[in-house]
Amino acid sequence: MTQTITPTPGGTPDTTLPSPALQNDAPPANRWYSGRSTGQLLAMSGLALLVLFALLGPLLWTEHAVQDLSRFLEPPSLADPLGRDHLGRSVVARLAHATRLSLLLAVLGVVTALAAGTLAGIVAAWRGGWVDASLNAMSEALIALPAILVVLLFSAMANGELWTLYAGLALAQWVEYFRMVRARSSLVLAGPAVEAAGLLKLGRAHILRRHLWPELRPLLATMATFGIGSSILALSTLGFVGIGIRPPTPELGLMITEAFPYYNEAPWMSLAPVLVLTTTLIGLLGLRNKESRA
Amino acid sequence: MNQLVRHESFLVPAALVLRQRVIQAVAVALFVSAACFAIVQSLPGDIAFRIAAGRYGYDQVTAASAEAVRADLGLDRPAWLQLLDWLASLARFDLGTSLVTGGNVAGELALHLSGSLQLAAAALVLAFLAGTAAGTLAAFRPGGTLDRALTFWVSAARALPPFLLGLVLILVFSVHLGVLPATGHGESTNIVLPALTLATGLSGLFARVSRDAVIRIRQSDYVRFAATKGLGGRLIFIRHVLRNTGVTLVPYIGVQAIILIEGVVVIESLFAWPGLGHALVHAIFWRDVPMIQATALALALLVVLLNTATDLAVLAIDPRPRTSQAAS
Repeated sequence: MTQTITPTPGGTPDTTLPSPALQNDAPPANRWYSGRSTGQLLAMSGLALLVLFALLGPLLWTEHAVQDLSRFLEPPSLADPLGRDHLGRSVVARLAHATRLSLLLAVLGVVTALAAGTLAGIVAAWRGGWVDASLNAMSEALIALPAILVVLLFSAMANGELWTLYAGLALAQWVEYFRMVRARSSLVLAGPAVEAAGLLKLGRAHILRRHLWPELRPLLATMATFGIGSSILALSTLGFVGIGIRPPTPELGLMITEAFPYYNEAPWMSLAPVLVLTTTLIGLLGLRNKESRA
Repeated sequence: MNQLVRHESFLVPAALVLRQRVIQAVAVALFVSAACFAIVQSLPGDIAFRIAAGRYGYDQVTAASAEAVRADLGLDRPAWLQLLDWLASLARFDLGTSLVTGGNVAGELALHLSGSLQLAAAALVLAFLAGTAAGTLAAFRPGGTLDRALTFWVSAARALPPFLLGLVLILVFSVHLGVLPATGHGESTNIVLPALTLATGLSGLFARVSRDAVIRIRQSDYVRFAATKGLGGRLIFIRHVLRNTGVTLVPYIGVQAIILIEGVVVIESLFAWPGLGHALVHAIFWRDVPMIQATALALALLVVLLNTATDLAVLAIDPRPRTSQAAS
C-alpha cells in the first residue's frame, strides 16, 4: 500500500515508458460510431431499443398481472399493442416486465461473475502457490459442468426464489473469466514490462492499471456480451421447460410456452417474446463479431 | 524398436490424461452432491417429518415419530457432519430411492441413461457428418455461394435458441406436414426431430472448423508436394486432406460435450424423450432430491467421460503432442 503512495516522479514515466499497454490503445476512438460496421451499428440500435423497452415499458404498462377473462385473446389495439393473452392479461405489459427481468438478472449475473472471476484470476496469477492451486482445482470441477445444470440445481433451492437463479448464473460463469484472466495475467506478469515496472518500484496499482487491465479489457468485454446472451438464453430455457421463474411472474421462455397452444388464434402472442429473445441474441452476437475477429 | 518407443510414449501421456480426468470427475461428483445436500437443507418444512411419513405412513406422523427419525438418522447433528454422511453414501454408490416413485434410483437411472445416450450419439454423428461435409465443400471455393451460405448457417445456428428451433421443427414437420411425430418413444421415427434439433446447434462449429482446416491444409507444403509428385486430386484429398482435417476436428468433439449435454436437457424436455435431462427436469419440479442427484451426476460425468475419450483419441491419432510432452 505504501508503495503505491510513494510519488512516482511527476507521473511522467507513465507516458514515456514504451509499455505494450499504451501501444494497444493506439487507434484513437474519436466518436463512438467510428470504425464500426453497419452490422454492428444495427445490432447496437436493436439492443438500445430493447433496453429502452425494458426500462420504459414497465412504467407505461404497469399492470401485468391484472386478468380480465372477458377480453380473452383480444387482438392488438392501440391501448394494448400486442393484445391480451388467454387470461385476458395485457401481453405488452407482460413482455416489458419479462424483458426487464431477463436483462437485469443476466447483467447482474455476468457482472458478478466477471468481477469475482477477474479478481480470483489476478490473485491466483499473482500469488501462485496454494491459492492458485486450490482456485484452479475448483475451476477444473466447474468447467466440466454445463451452466444450465448449475442453474438448474440452484433453482431447486429455497423454493426457486429469484436470488437462486442469480446465484446459479454467477457461479456457473465466473470460471470462464477466472481461467482466461489467470492465463493472460500470468503471461503479462512474467513479461519484461512488468519486471521493469517492478524495478522502478511503480507499485501494484500501477501494474494493474497500466499492464493488466488494458490487456484484459477487450477480452472481458467480448466474453461479457457473450455471457449476457447465454444467461438470457438459460433463463428463458428454464422458464420454457417450466422450472425457472414461477408462473405469475412474466418471463420470456414461460410466455412462449403459455402462448404456444394459441399460436393459431393469436400468433402475436407467441411471436412477441420470440422476437424479443432473438433480437437480443442476434444483437449481442452482432456486437461481438468484429471484436473477436480483430 | 521404433514401434516400442512410440507405444510407450503414448502410454505415459495417456496415464496423465486419465489421472487428471479422474480427479476432475471426483471434484464434479463432490460439487453436485454438495449442491443436492444444500437443496435438502433449503427445502421448506422439517425433513424428519417427511421421512417419518415415508417410513410409517402419513397417519403415523407425530412429533414423537419425527423425533425417533431425527435421533435414528442423526438429523440433529451439525450440518457438516450430515454432509459427510451424505458424501459417504455416494462413495458407496448408494443413490437411494426416489421420493416420488419409491423405486430404486440406480435402476431408473440405467433406463434414462440409455435414452440419453441414443439421442446424444445420433445427434453427434449427424452433426459431425453434416457439418464436416458442408465445411469441406465450402472450403473448395472460399467466398463462393456455398461458403457464404455456410457463414449464415453458422451464425443462425448460434443465434437461434435450441428450444425455439425444436418448436419450429415441430410446427413444420408434425403440425403442418404431419410427416414426423413430435413426441413419443419406441418407433424409429421418434428420434428424428430431437436428434435433428440437437444436431443443428452442434453442426455450426464442426462446419466452420472443418472449413478453415481444409483451406489451411490444401495450401500446406505436404499437399503441394503430393500434387507435384503427381498424386491425383482424389487421393490427395483422401490421404492428406481428410486425415489431417480429422486431427483438427476430433478435439472439438470434446469442446462440444458441454453444449451437447445442455442440449440434451432442453431437447428431451421439449420432445418428452425419456432420458436423463427429462428425468432431471421432472425431479427438480417435484424436488425429488435422490433423483436430482443421480441424474445431475450422470449428466456431469458424461461430459467428463466424453472429454476423456476425445483427449485419448487425440493422443492416439496425432503423435505430435506426445513427443513434445515427453520432451518437456
